[in-house]
Amino acid sequence: MKPMEAILSPVARTVGGVQLPHFKQTAELETAVMPPPEKVTLAMLQHIGAPCEPLVKVGDVVFVGTKIADSPQRVCAPIHSSVSGTVTGFREVLLPSGQTTNAIEIASDGLMTPDPDLHPIQVETEDELVAAARECGLVGLGGAGFPTHIKLSRAPDVKLDTLIINAAECEPYITADYRECLEHPDDIREGVYLLKQLMGFERVILGIEDNKPKAFDVLKSIATDERDRKNEVHLMRLPSHYPQGAEKVILYAATGRKLPLGRLPADVGCIVMNVTTLSVFARYLRTGMPLVSKRLTVAGPGVGVARNCMVPLGASAQDVLAFCGGLRSKATEVFWGGPMMGLDIADLSAPVLKQNNAIVALTGGWPEPSPCIRCGRCSAACPMKLMPAAIETAMKRPDAEKLRQLHADYCIECGCCSYICPAKRPLTQTVRLAKSHLRRSQNA
Amino acid sequence: MPDRQFLVTSSPHLRHTDTTRGIMLDVILALCPALVSGIFLFGWRAALVVAVCIVSAVLAEWICCKLRHRPSTISDLSAVVTGLLLGLNLTSRLPLWMAALGSVIAIVVVKQMFGGIGHNFANPAITARIVLLVSFPTAMTTWAEPFSDAISSATPLAGGTYTLQQFLLGTHAGCIGETSSLMLLIGGLYLCLRRVISPIIPVCFIGSAALLSWAFGMDPLTTVLSGGLLLGAIFMATDYVTSPPTKWGKVIFGIGCGLITILIRRFGASPEGVSYAILLMNILVPHITRLTTPKPFGWEAPTA
Repeated sequence: MKPMEAILSPVARTVGGVQLPHFKQTAELETAVMPPPEKVTLAMLQHIGAPCEPLVKVGDVVFVGTKIADSPQRVCAPIHSSVSGTVTGFREVLLPSGQTTNAIEIASDGLMTPDPDLHPIQVETEDELVAAARECGLVGLGGAGFPTHIKLSRAPDVKLDTLIINAAECEPYITADYRECLEHPDDIREGVYLLKQLMGFERVILGIEDNKPKAFDVLKSIATDERDRKNEVHLMRLPSHYPQGAEKVILYAATGRKLPLGRLPADVGCIVMNVTTLSVFARYLRTGMPLVSKRLTVAGPGVGVARNCMVPLGASAQDVLAFCGGLRSKATEVFWGGPMMGLDIADLSAPVLKQNNAIVALTGGWPEPSPCIRCGRCSAACPMKLMPAAIETAMKRPDAEKLRQLHADYCIECGCCSYICPAKRPLTQTVRLAKSHLRRSQNA
Repeated sequence: MPDRQFLVTSSPHLRHTDTTRGIMLDVILALCPALVSGIFLFGWRAALVVAVCIVSAVLAEWICCKLRHRPSTISDLSAVVTGLLLGLNLTSRLPLWMAALGSVIAIVVVKQMFGGIGHNFANPAITARIVLLVSFPTAMTTWAEPFSDAISSATPLAGGTYTLQQFLLGTHAGCIGETSSLMLLIGGLYLCLRRVISPIIPVCFIGSAALLSWAFGMDPLTTVLSGGLLLGAIFMATDYVTSPPTKWGKVIFGIGCGLITILIRRFGASPEGVSYAILLMNILVPHITRLTTPKPFGWEAPTA
């Protein structure tokens, strides 16, 4: 056993951020498994990269875990059936981002029969590990949806020294990662030591916010595992401060390294991985079952019964909400994810994607903006040290040169500026528009 | 739930409870100790001057919004703050029509003509006070002695010896809200604790003024506690719109205010320099902000 000083404090702290209410009432509720819905709709784009092409045709019989779509493109993750049943058709679906993509519809037979060909996977080299991540259909489950096999594959000359496991979960309401820590500690443990061994990380840092003592204890037991003879696995206690779990922020807290614009953590020798992504990966190696279901936190004053539930991918938001007591009549706004970065659901038939981790329903309205009083709170809250109010002014014209000088492209869209604004100005939205304006003016 | 309509908005979907109105209300609350002490010291005439300032400021704001065909902004209470600040910067013996004129100048000329709340480049109350001072120098410098109707033309800035107790309680001639240092400090502490203002500007302003006056052989304590220095440093120099939003910008702004104040008091023709100092620094704010804008997180110098 290692001594207690294994618990690290952040080595560096980003400026900005905001103190948010936590609303984590679902934290102590065990995950309920949602029964299969009558049909699932599996979108061909559930990751950053190229969309998949269907490998099945109407009438094909599939099982849970059968690969139904893939692509020869590198940046892409294959998609597997989340139910057993029959392929009934294809349709276009609207993704939360506003893009549309093709989707496969599968009618469930209600049996959830696993694919008989699935079997545990043995990986002994880094290449096998990366290949397995791809076959699992794994993407960053914290919300970004970046294909994990791309994150893990590196050019031969790139030196990776630190693996950061992100269990910060700093968005209000969401407790999905927290439940993963409590319900699957052994998968996380296996994942940590496997990745460390095969990828040759010099150290692993498990980062968690200080408002989650039970999950903290779980991660502590992992950091003090007897396999860690050289004391290379550390636990880092982070302050509960939004956006602590943002990739650049947690990377800086753990290592003091600043991730430059447009670079990946691997460029500064790190891999940052969401704790559920790691756990799902370890479970895939243990059981052979690829990523076909996802734990969603369904919460907020607008839902009937707030709870965590394990949901087959491709179930509709409507199905999931029905399993959670439906929407209350006072619900005014429903979104995928937490209230700071969540994407609104306009149509409840939208399917659950791999990177979704919550459905939250709120009852408030849209606050009417009043003129900016230049209090500077948006700049003080910006973890990227930007001046959102100045970007807003430059966007009125819009002045691309000025927007570039103000570095609007550094925005990580965490939402702190809009949250803190006493004049209720939609600053994050405006900065998003500024970013796309900059991209367009650069391409022109 | 078929065909149910939902709000579709850009994230975030959660907002802090603070509002513009709440911030203004905090500033008003923070000025209340100084106001009460001013009325206590200088009587009902002081209350009347402040009331006239507030009412005419709000009325001017309302009329301007009507004329500009903009939604009325009087409910955000910023006009009340401007009127209140101006009133506290006047002598209790000022003719009421001058007080009203000051408010109209502050709101119409300094604030609304530049686009209303958030768009003025100079502090409305300060600028209006300066306009009144150069227009009506005698009326603006005819002070009342506390607790009496006697006229005094001398504030501690003109010399004389005063005790610390007199400074703290404000029992000497001066503007309605500027004499009681203790009440102003209480208000400033409240604003800092409520995080309405950052202490950087007041600390740099007061600190640099004290240091410089000591360097010039003046008494630092008298410098800080006399005239409008505390009122200006805590409540006027910290005005959001007319001070830099960046940390180092605030430092430069505060030190600049302190420096100009002392230079005017020491070498200028006027015994008081706080208003001019703040106004001059107001003008420099865009440049200070530009010079002190931090590089974004993870910024790399472009490699040529």
